[in-house]
Amino acid sequence: MTDTISTSPGSPPPSGTPPQGRPASRPLLVSPHLAKRYSRERTFRLLGLASVGAAGIILLILLGSIVSKGYSAFWQHEVDLQVTFSAEELNPDGGPVEIETLQRANYLDMVRDGLRREFPDAAQDRRERRMLYGLISPNADIRLRSMVLEDPSLIGTTQTVRVKMSDDMDTFAKGFIDRDLPEGDRRVKDREIGWFDQLDSKGLVHATFNVDFFTTGDSREPEEAGIYGALIGSILTLTVTLLVSFPVGVMAAAYLEEFAPKNRFTDLIEVNINNLAAVPSIVFGLLGLAVFLNFFGLPRSAPLAGGLVLALMTLPTIIIASRSALKAVPPSIREAALGLGASPLQVVTHHVLPLAMPGILTGTIIGMAQALGETAPLLMIGMVAFIVDVPQGFTDPATVLPVQVYIWADSPERAFVEKTSAAIMVLLGFLVLMNAVAVLLRKRFERRW
Amino acid sequence: MQTFIVVLALLGFAAVGYTMGRARAVMTAGGMPKDLHSLPSYYGSYTAIWIGIPSLLLLAVWLIIQPQIIESVVMGGLPAAMTEGLSSSEYGLLLNDIRNVASGNISSRANDPAIEAAASQLTSLRDTSFILMIVATFGIGAGGLAYARNRINPSLRARNTVEKVVNVVLIISSLIAILTTVGIVLSLLFESFIFFTKVPFYEFLFGLNWSPQTALRADQVGSSGAFGAVPLFVGTLLITFIAMVVAAPIGLMSAIYMAEYADPRFRAFAKPMLEVLAGIPTVVYGFFAALTVAPFFRNVGEGIGLDVSSESALAAGVVMGIMIIPFVSSLSDDVINAVPQSLRDGSYGLGATKSETIRSVIVPAALPGIVGALLLAVSRAIGETMIVVMAAGLAANLTVNPLEAVTTVTVQIVTLLVGDQEFDSAKTLSAFALGLVLFFITLALNVIALSVVRKYREKYD
Repeated sequence: MTDTISTSPGSPPPSGTPPQGRPASRPLLVSPHLAKRYSRERTFRLLGLASVGAAGIILLILLGSIVSKGYSAFWQHEVDLQVTFSAEELNPDGGPVEIETLQRANYLDMVRDGLRREFPDAAQDRRERRMLYGLISPNADIRLRSMVLEDPSLIGTTQTVRVKMSDDMDTFAKGFIDRDLPEGDRRVKDREIGWFDQLDSKGLVHATFNVDFFTTGDSREPEEAGIYGALIGSILTLTVTLLVSFPVGVMAAAYLEEFAPKNRFTDLIEVNINNLAAVPSIVFGLLGLAVFLNFFGLPRSAPLAGGLVLALMTLPTIIIASRSALKAVPPSIREAALGLGASPLQVVTHHVLPLAMPGILTGTIIGMAQALGETAPLLMIGMVAFIVDVPQGFTDPATVLPVQVYIWADSPERAFVEKTSAAIMVLLGFLVLMNAVAVLLRKRFERRW
Repeated sequence: MQTFIVVLALLGFAAVGYTMGRARAVMTAGGMPKDLHSLPSYYGSYTAIWIGIPSLLLLAVWLIIQPQIIESVVMGGLPAAMTEGLSSSEYGLLLNDIRNVASGNISSRANDPAIEAAASQLTSLRDTSFILMIVATFGIGAGGLAYARNRINPSLRARNTVEKVVNVVLIISSLIAILTTVGIVLSLLFESFIFFTKVPFYEFLFGLNWSPQTALRADQVGSSGAFGAVPLFVGTLLITFIAMVVAAPIGLMSAIYMAEYADPRFRAFAKPMLEVLAGIPTVVYGFFAALTVAPFFRNVGEGIGLDVSSESALAAGVVMGIMIIPFVSSLSDDVINAVPQSLRDGSYGLGATKSETIRSVIVPAALPGIVGALLLAVSRAIGETMIVVMAAGLAANLTVNPLEAVTTVTVQIVTLLVGDQEFDSAKTLSAFALGLVLFFITLALNVIALSVVRKYREKYD
């Protein structure tokens, strides 16, 4: 036991434990208790190790549960159907093709006809037909429309078109619905499974990489929903945050650390900054709602308002990090520059700030990573709205990645679970990336004076 | 977006002014920059300041005032029959319709000719104002340029002027922190004040019944009796308590192990691991709580014959505790490391084992700091939003049973403010009153915790 104690670093070998060389002939007063004390020592140590281990295991469970739920969202089941681009529908009068007719035409019926062709005997009564149509995504028509708009010569021909399966069938195809359950307990019925197996045995069902997940905005249909809109929203919002909080934060830090006189007023600023760092994020959301939206009339749900709220939130982080980076620059540099005739401002802008920049940037990236993961204040300013379009500018309605996670997590469809987990994986990927950059920056430019 | 381009153009103008001022200064010195009072670049900056600051200030003022003036002109042009006797919210609705028509959105009154006329008037006024704004800002910028150009001569103390301006800008930047606090306090106080004119203060703080929905129907009898926030406070405290039961022992023991036992290699692996736990967004914890932990607790409860609600306080509290573990452990780690080595050495010298030293010397010595860390953690737990929004319930049950669903202050703020709002109903305003309570409680906890920690630091310095 003594060796386990003395190997621990950071402290000298505890002199209180009896040296091993002590002759056994001299019984110690402490020896009767010694075994008990050592066993207590062991228990205590194990308890500490168990705590760290518990944190690690929890982290593994958390990440494991998200990856195991979300990895399947990166592919999608699609089915090849023979679709006739009916001339009666697309070009009823037989003349030149009109774009408007093409845009308005009912493509879903063509897909459904294609589906009925596979199962001629299935389309007897309305209920069964509706069930059959449920195999494919109700948004399957979008792909057909863009095909025809791109190439009007398709009209009148029959093509093999790959259309997305509906979310339920996709979930089933990925094996998340147990076909051994009694029929009443699962969302996919025996009949649908039969059809699916027939299509599958004909080799018509394909699992493809889900490109749309990365290139489309939100949708009510899980198989159509993507994170692109939220990603762009996050980028726009963080741009505003960075543009506001970085210059203001660095300037505030430079003032407080380099120029400010020590008086009651600067003390007040300092206390304020420390307190702001601990104010619950939702309170910043209330501030944004009351001041930015209601008072200044900024647009709701827009990256501009969201970015400003997040900027106020990350400001303390940036100021505190920048101040410690400035503090780490040794006074000799300032004195040398002053001695050469530089003005105080020149000392800071030409010498101190460049030397402190790696530390400031590290703090800024960490602040941005926090802002990227923040949800609550953005709910307050309406970024939780359902938005299909990809935002084009700072005043367009938008949502951000974590809010998208929240919206999807609230959706009842089973298929949104995997979408949510996949969005979380993307979000975590960005956070890991940002933190890795911060760590690299720190490692690369760390300097001991 | 248009405004953004104007800002960029003004900045470009200032940049042009910079080179012009610089060149002018060198020229006035007869091509001998050493005859100038300041470096040539300061004359450039001097000119850029004279262009940029007045024009950008004008732009800001213009943007704030313009919508109000234009909209009041448009509303004044409407037929009197439409605007007479409107309440402020109906007035806002009408204005909104006009705005929607003007920007080509769908509106309920799109076909009304008066609205159409007003909308086109709004559009044309906006266009005129935009052009006027460009002319005015660039005009004032050009004026600044001319003035600065005129003033530039070798004896002008350009550096001192520029540095004075920079100093003012720096002071303004550091004032933003104070402005934010003032903004928070004022906006919360203002809205809460309106709320307390509708619902008595003592009823909000001590009432036992919370159901803000009834206030939607203002004519309903007894609608004012539903704003008792005690169930929310109890729910918040219950979840916070569960979180601390999880986080305090695990966080503290991890900190002790990392500070006293772990070798550097283990630390190098375990510290980043805890930091990862701290860096995970709370919405992810919320998803984990709602989808993994809550069903797990419910199944376990069913297994042993307990009735666990699917939105139990237990699940939300435990996950919140997990989130707080790294917070407690990193703060306690710092505090334990700050205990002077001499105290440890003394204890070892008296024959104590390591754990005895920790228990009877280090922890008591670090206790104030640890208490401060725990208080900060409590404040974090009280203010945490996403986990409880996703995993705790909405119904305001007054209970301390962790297996039942409770709701918290933050959950109610989110529920009340997400979606459509009208700002004169007690329902919406109550969210600000809750925010005020939240702000002051967390502020008090932080102030106490920081002063405790500071006192402790002074003891060993």
